[in-house]
Amino acid sequence: MLSYKAIYVITLREFKRFYRQKGRLVVTMARPLIWLFIVGSGFTRLIDTGAGVHYIQFILPGIVGMTILFSSIFSTISVVWDREFGFLREMLVAPVSRVTIVFGKLLSGTALSTAQGAALLIIAPFLGLGIGLDGFLITVFLMFLVALAITAFGLFIASFLASLEGFNVIMNFIVLPMFFLSGALYPVGTLPVWIRVFAYINPLCFGVDSFKHILLPGEGRLVAEFPLMVDIAFVGAFAALFTFLSALVFERRK
Amino acid sequence: MPIIQVKDLVKRYNGLEAVRGVSFDVEEGEVFGFLGPNGAGKTTTINILCTLLNFDSGTAVVNGHDCRKAPDRVRSSIGLVFQEVTLDNELTAYENLKFHCYMYNMEKKVAEERIDEILAVVNLSERKGDLVKKFSGGMKRRLEIARGLLHRPKVLFLDEPTLGLDPQTRSHVWEFIKGLKKSEGNTVFMTTHYMDEAEACDRIAIIDNGKIIACERPDELKRAIKGDTIYIKTSDDEKARAEIEKKFGLKPKPVETGLALTVEAGDKFIPKLFERLTSEILSVNLKKPSLEDVFINLTGRAIRDYGPNARPRV
Repeated sequence: MLSYKAIYVITLREFKRFYRQKGRLVVTMARPLIWLFIVGSGFTRLIDTGAGVHYIQFILPGIVGMTILFSSIFSTISVVWDREFGFLREMLVAPVSRVTIVFGKLLSGTALSTAQGAALLIIAPFLGLGIGLDGFLITVFLMFLVALAITAFGLFIASFLASLEGFNVIMNFIVLPMFFLSGALYPVGTLPVWIRVFAYINPLCFGVDSFKHILLPGEGRLVAEFPLMVDIAFVGAFAALFTFLSALVFERRK
Repeated sequence: MPIIQVKDLVKRYNGLEAVRGVSFDVEEGEVFGFLGPNGAGKTTTINILCTLLNFDSGTAVVNGHDCRKAPDRVRSSIGLVFQEVTLDNELTAYENLKFHCYMYNMEKKVAEERIDEILAVVNLSERKGDLVKKFSGGMKRRLEIARGLLHRPKVLFLDEPTLGLDPQTRSHVWEFIKGLKKSEGNTVFMTTHYMDEAEACDRIAIIDNGKIIACERPDELKRAIKGDTIYIKTSDDEKARAEIEKKFGLKPKPVETGLALTVEAGDKFIPKLFERLTSEILSVNLKKPSLEDVFINLTGRAIRDYGPNARPRV
């Protein structure tokens, strides 16, 4: 049912496209650094975190999450893009199942996001967060899971959208709330209950929390809020659900 | 057994019938043309045969596989060139072709060989490593046709292969399609609304309003409609006119350049004319009826009277 060659070549194509769009590469690397060093430095002076964690250290897991969020959502735009420019038909007429195409897009988006998250993680020691090789590897695994969940979610939405304008509108309404309700900039526990509800259905919230387990071990106000197993279970279930749903939607659409 | 068999095909969009009971067969090795105005149901039919679209009733069989029951097998047997460009501009010619090979589950070695081979056929070997966005419209078309042939399909579907190309590129692409039939022996199924392209097909089906109104060889279609017109100029047109009337029982019409007469097979009639006419013939001109005439005769409208339609979406 799955054609591995097809999944491989769909993934290869996305990597080549990513690499060739130099602008995208620059934005991808610059955005998290702007957040960390401009927003982060600003608030570090302002906010007395009390415990041993500095604000700039506190937002690193969130900025890693943000990088994955933007990258994963942006990669699913390629489905809309391919439809608009006709390339999707070249894939649909090939003798591979629709699920193969979904898996190809899913894998490429997930791998690209994970790679970007991992690249960002290199600055952790410079912020005074020594995580060691084992911590790095565990975080990469957690990032992969989060990237998978968000890419699958993006793919599900993108499969309904016929134009790039529609994509931009919808995604802005989804991406920004997801980021602000992820615990990236402030603990979600401090939010009013009616807003907190939305954080509790946000996969990025649990994703960022799982990164905090590794990057911000210890005690205090600004550490992980849920047990690690809950984080992994929620993100994993979310990834599985939306992988299934986007495969279903792709299969049905003719 | 015909390589494409279509019987009583019906496709409705929101209750409106876009294809209304179409039946035809295409033999292996044929260049089969689907001629009709925009919105006649050409692209709908092609999308059904390529398994991109479901249909409401009837049967469609390609290379022995049912389009509804075994779409994967049908897709393995066909190559498809769409109306609009479906290449990835950000990839090179080679990368676009490699993508296709892997989607069709080819071994790496076979893929490399075929890519080199097919690029030579379409005269793009030297542009192998160039990004497609730097290609001209004609080059993109050639690359797309090459891509459609990479997996050696039994049937190549071409949906308006020369749409939007300049006349020179059009004839270049068309020469290539004709050469294909000779060298590879592919069956070619194409849609067009250009009359001259339709005339180069082995057989054409004329489709209008979702129905096939004629399906014949182009010359037979034309013969069935009306005869050829012969224009002659002689040393004494008045005398020649009387002679033709008496000897052949025809009624030549005096025109600006001499005389015009309508006969069934003009090419065979001209020698007889030379043989039996006593006045000296200064010039002869034979005009075969065009498919445009055929189309007007069948539908009562010229094909160019139709407005353009929207581009299909998946």
